[in-house]
Amino acid sequence: MWNTIFPYLLSGISVGGQYALIAIGYTMVYGILRLINFAHGDVFMVAGILMVYISASGVPLFISIPLVLILTSLIGYLIEHIAYKPLRQAPRMSVMISAIGVSYTLQNLVLYITGGLNQLYPTIPWISNSITVGSASTKIVTIFTPFLTILLVFALVQLINHTKIGMAMRAVSKDFETSQLMGININRVISVTFVIGSFLAGVGSLLYFTNYTTVIQTSGAMPGLKAFVAAVFGGIGSIPGAVIGAFIIGIAENIIKGLDIILFKAGLIAKPLGLATFSDAFTFALLIIILAVKPTGLFGEKTTDKV
Amino acid sequence: MSNTVKKKGLSREQVLSAIVVLAFYIAVFVAEQIVPSTSMLFTVLKKGATYALVAVSMNLLNGFTGIFSLGQAGFMLIGAYVYAIFTIPIAERASVYQYYNGGIVQVALPIFIAMILAGLVAAFFAFLIGLPVLRLKSDYLAVATLGFAEIIRAVFQWDKLGPVTNGSNMLRLFPTFNDFNIRNANGDVTIYLSTLVPMLIAGFCIALIILLINSTFGRALRAIKDDEIAAEAMGIHLASHKQLAFCISSFFTGIGGAMLAMYQTTVQAKSFTTAMTYEILLIVVIGGIGSVTGSCISSFLFVACSEWWLRFLDQKQMIGSFEVPLLRNGFRLVVFSLIIMIVVLFFRQGIMGTRELPDLFRRKRKKTGKEARA
Repeated sequence: MWNTIFPYLLSGISVGGQYALIAIGYTMVYGILRLINFAHGDVFMVAGILMVYISASGVPLFISIPLVLILTSLIGYLIEHIAYKPLRQAPRMSVMISAIGVSYTLQNLVLYITGGLNQLYPTIPWISNSITVGSASTKIVTIFTPFLTILLVFALVQLINHTKIGMAMRAVSKDFETSQLMGININRVISVTFVIGSFLAGVGSLLYFTNYTTVIQTSGAMPGLKAFVAAVFGGIGSIPGAVIGAFIIGIAENIIKGLDIILFKAGLIAKPLGLATFSDAFTFALLIIILAVKPTGLFGEKTTDKV
Repeated sequence: MSNTVKKKGLSREQVLSAIVVLAFYIAVFVAEQIVPSTSMLFTVLKKGATYALVAVSMNLLNGFTGIFSLGQAGFMLIGAYVYAIFTIPIAERASVYQYYNGGIVQVALPIFIAMILAGLVAAFFAFLIGLPVLRLKSDYLAVATLGFAEIIRAVFQWDKLGPVTNGSNMLRLFPTFNDFNIRNANGDVTIYLSTLVPMLIAGFCIALIILLINSTFGRALRAIKDDEIAAEAMGIHLASHKQLAFCISSFFTGIGGAMLAMYQTTVQAKSFTTAMTYEILLIVVIGGIGSVTGSCISSFLFVACSEWWLRFLDQKQMIGSFEVPLLRNGFRLVVFSLIIMIVVLFFRQGIMGTRELPDLFRRKRKKTGKEARA
């Protein structure tokens, strides 16, 4: 029984870690701008495409990986600067529509550049190697991801709690106007937030695509949405919440993928039910349930509307 | 603006608008008889009419009620499937449902009844999903409805529902727009109606939505959009009004889905992606959030650009001996998305703002502050 579940659990934890890295970007941006950055999943995908093209040009790995991360951060910065900054005074719906527009633009741009074909992701040595853990044979990246994720989250939390820019971020997410009055450079804080979010999405894309090996213009959409659900599930605006939510969703999704086999081996069902179809749907069902039961998520701050 | 003193009968502007719409329909009818039916013009008109209906019903939620719903693709999927399932001729079912012994639904309804049924089923699902989801605030609601569309897509592809939905396989051989053409005994087309009829269906549904918007109920919806709390204090029951608006919008989206099925001639769940919802949202934005006329105009523009006018961007073009750089497959969509971003960033009012067709005929009066912005 355990031997059947274990491989799914393992890949669930790994995918969860990758979602967590994306989810942090959502949750930080939402905490500060109250904006669902629909383009974040596509930034993640663009990071994957960048890696494909930079490696193809023959740049060695120890240059290409930092280069991809820097370029991804730059893209995040530019998106904020071009598409969200001019709309700072506009209604929230306009900014959200702009985010959807950016997502559409990025996807079409990548479609144009790649010609809409699956791009083979370069193999990163060591983390692509196979390894056998207990009953499961997997890539090292699977084991490596959760540790790296937790390390990065720890560093981020230190940054937010113990540096000046971190303090500014906390202030801005508490009260936008007041922190502006206190002399905090709002635009700088927002830019830094986008840079950090995109950087983490870049790291996430390195891990995710090493696992899935191909990138196409739509491959950011689903992970992006799921990471967003994770952020909402954990309570949007809360970083630990986003990470825990991402792990829960990653694990649940992979268990459902293997549910037919697990139930079959346990003797509970006689023939497969095709439940794997629902692995994506489950995430959204979870979202609707959590929103209906506890709209602020697991660790979300309570908000009251003033009339 | 539109609620100025109401006179009895129709105003001059309304008569002029009616004439414009009528002239448009007559032009379509005439063009259909003259121009060869393979012309791109008709593709654009058919798809445009479908998208116009869906965009207007999305506008009813996003523009008039202030509910930011992104579940359109899901409701269209329901509409398309219900229509297809109930109209495939019984004789053809064995070949369509080849993996499921001809399926379990063994009725073939007339086209229009099936379309209404498509709307009703979509509205019913909207009712169910609306119960938990409509309590949420703007962006949470957007994501929850988006999630709902994804769930629907997965459910319709589920193998166990195959006898009804044909699993992940295509539904086909149901009546399409071409079946509206009137044929003589030899099977030759005598009167072409394959474009006019879908446009009439869409026009009729949109007319119903306009009547709804201008009714007491429509005014209540606008009050909710402007300020929920104030609207509630004025005695508007928020939950029931939102629920009803959501169901009505989904009803027409379902009919739009049925029309899309007829346009595409086949239906497959995997094509109803989030990208489809985004496209419709962008149509609404380009047309102007809160303008029915705007949504209609921009649907036709959007479809015409993406299917027809900008096609040349996808092929190599030569000017003399000079090859225009950058042009290759996919460039059309890049240009297209840049146009959209420019509209979103710099022309937030869209084509029409909140104006409607009759407003265009009104003699220029002193601009009020709000209009001067546009």
